[in-house]
Amino acid sequence: MKKPAYNVGFHARQQARWRWSEIAFWLLVFGCALVFPSRYLIMTEIVRLALFALSLDLILGYAGIVSLGHAAFFGVGAYGAGLLAVHGILTEPIVALVAAGLVAAVLGFLTSFLVIRGADLTRLMVTLGIALLLEALAERFSNITGGTDGLQGIEMQPILGLFAFDMFGKTGLFYSLAVLFVLFLLARRIVYSPFGLSLRAIRNNPLRASAIGIPVNRRLIAIYTIAAFYAGVAGALFTQTTALASLDVFAFERSADLMLVLVIGGTGYLYGGLIGAVVFRMLQEVFSSITPQYWQFWIGLVLVVIVLVGRPRLHRWVLWGPNLLIAQFSGRKAVAAVGESDAP
Amino acid sequence: MTAFFTILFDGVAYGMLLFVLACGLAVTLGLMNFVNLAHGAFAMAGGYVCAVLVNQSGWPFFAALPLAFVASALIGVVFERALYRHLYSRSHLDQVLFSIGLVFMSVAAVDYIMGSSRIFIKLPAVLEGQIDFFGVGIGRYRLMIIVICGLLTAGLQLVLARTRFGSRLRAAVDDPRAASGLGINVPQVFAFTFAFGCGLAGLGGALSAEILGLDPYFPLKFMIYFLIVVTVGGSSSITGPFLAALLLGISDVAGKYYVPKMGPFVIYTIMIVILIWRPNGLFGRSASR
Repeated sequence: MKKPAYNVGFHARQQARWRWSEIAFWLLVFGCALVFPSRYLIMTEIVRLALFALSLDLILGYAGIVSLGHAAFFGVGAYGAGLLAVHGILTEPIVALVAAGLVAAVLGFLTSFLVIRGADLTRLMVTLGIALLLEALAERFSNITGGTDGLQGIEMQPILGLFAFDMFGKTGLFYSLAVLFVLFLLARRIVYSPFGLSLRAIRNNPLRASAIGIPVNRRLIAIYTIAAFYAGVAGALFTQTTALASLDVFAFERSADLMLVLVIGGTGYLYGGLIGAVVFRMLQEVFSSITPQYWQFWIGLVLVVIVLVGRPRLHRWVLWGPNLLIAQFSGRKAVAAVGESDAP
Repeated sequence: MTAFFTILFDGVAYGMLLFVLACGLAVTLGLMNFVNLAHGAFAMAGGYVCAVLVNQSGWPFFAALPLAFVASALIGVVFERALYRHLYSRSHLDQVLFSIGLVFMSVAAVDYIMGSSRIFIKLPAVLEGQIDFFGVGIGRYRLMIIVICGLLTAGLQLVLARTRFGSRLRAAVDDPRAASGLGINVPQVFAFTFAFGCGLAGLGGALSAEILGLDPYFPLKFMIYFLIVVTVGGSSSITGPFLAALLLGISDVAGKYYVPKMGPFVIYTIMIVILIWRPNGLFGRSASR
């Protein structure tokens, strides 16, 4: 019985190794940050979105939880960081970032008990309901949250006492990138660990997973809490880099857009959210330059087309080119990863 | 005491309206197990058709109502045949994405064609004002809504329980394979039901312009309400969503009256509690299989 276990471990380690394409990806990312100094703000936005999408990928792509209210944690993180800064409790950005993430994680932990009950539909409703509930709460307690005007007067100390936030967003960008990179490494470690493998087992078949002794509910609670932490950090980044937190951090559109980001990039291989964020922001840019007010129409169209064509097929098409190149040059089987398709 | 009755009356009218708006969704979501977040878009279409007919072409309100139904049903059948039917067997995630896409498109399209401001439908004089009933002020318009929606509900219940089509639909939903083996044209039954549900939503949209307000963001704003009606009500019969709609309507109106500051907070809390308590809905057999 020893051999199969060894093989599984061997394969898992093989998979977890850093590939050249991954290293190239990150070099490209940091390269972009250095090469385009006039685009700091939009790149910061993309990085933030990427982190947020990474968070959704953890629960959607790896654990198979469909959430329509992921903005709840984003919002809590954003307000958490904002309130900490406004009241001068924690003004050091990194500490505040972690604190805001932890607040979101606590919320994620508490709500995870609601989410793991019931099937897809109930989950959709509960996640959506929680986000709407928080939005209503934030509106109700507008003396604390600033209501529709948003929290104002957020001032951040220099990061680590060294790098002050500047007008052009240079510090903001590199700060966000660093956070994204660190959290990405963590996520990568998580999903290739035995814990991550057990999550995939749960996604593919919860019944079988529990039959081989995986504590399904506890694993789901754990990953949901982690994802909430990630989303909270993304929200806190939003507040810190824009010095603003308003009610729309909880908006349904934010959760829906996030889904689109992840779907464009593909679920279940971590890079989906990152690539999706870039493509989504570019699409948004293109559409709003064609029809400024009605870009949502085109975003909707993209969604509909993606679903009708079919996500696995679409990703095959997209990867056809790169895979061909890789096959030509290295003469071996293509390595560019395709996200595992979701269980139907 | 009169305030209580007025709230009860308004709540019932509101609930009835929600039921008519959402009962099409009860079939697609509850019975056919298709997560259709775009249901509100069909309602909005009906509302705008009615508004254009009444305000611009000068049609009488009562003649425009059936047309709102027909228009939405037609749009519904086109969409069902062209798009929705490919997605019945897909994952919930795909269905959610697809219908969110449709919602975004409908919002932007209506905004483009009709403008983004709220639209009012000119009502005939008969429907304006109130009737005084033992000291309780009863709005004529709301009374009409209760009458229309009550009749529709009774009719629907009869159709589902007593007619041949009703039993076909129930058979097709319970077990599509066995039903088609018995010679029932399942896709046709689904298409017809979908179209009918959209038609009802369109009618509801036309009626709701006065109470809920009709603007391009209608599908987004009320999506959660429709979903609540269906998920809380469950899908075993039409009574479940009906009672859920009434409950929702009354508690929303009462919540806004007694604790105005809490806003929609009451509704969402009730929904989450009920879903935790009974994940398949209050009256549900199985909301999702």
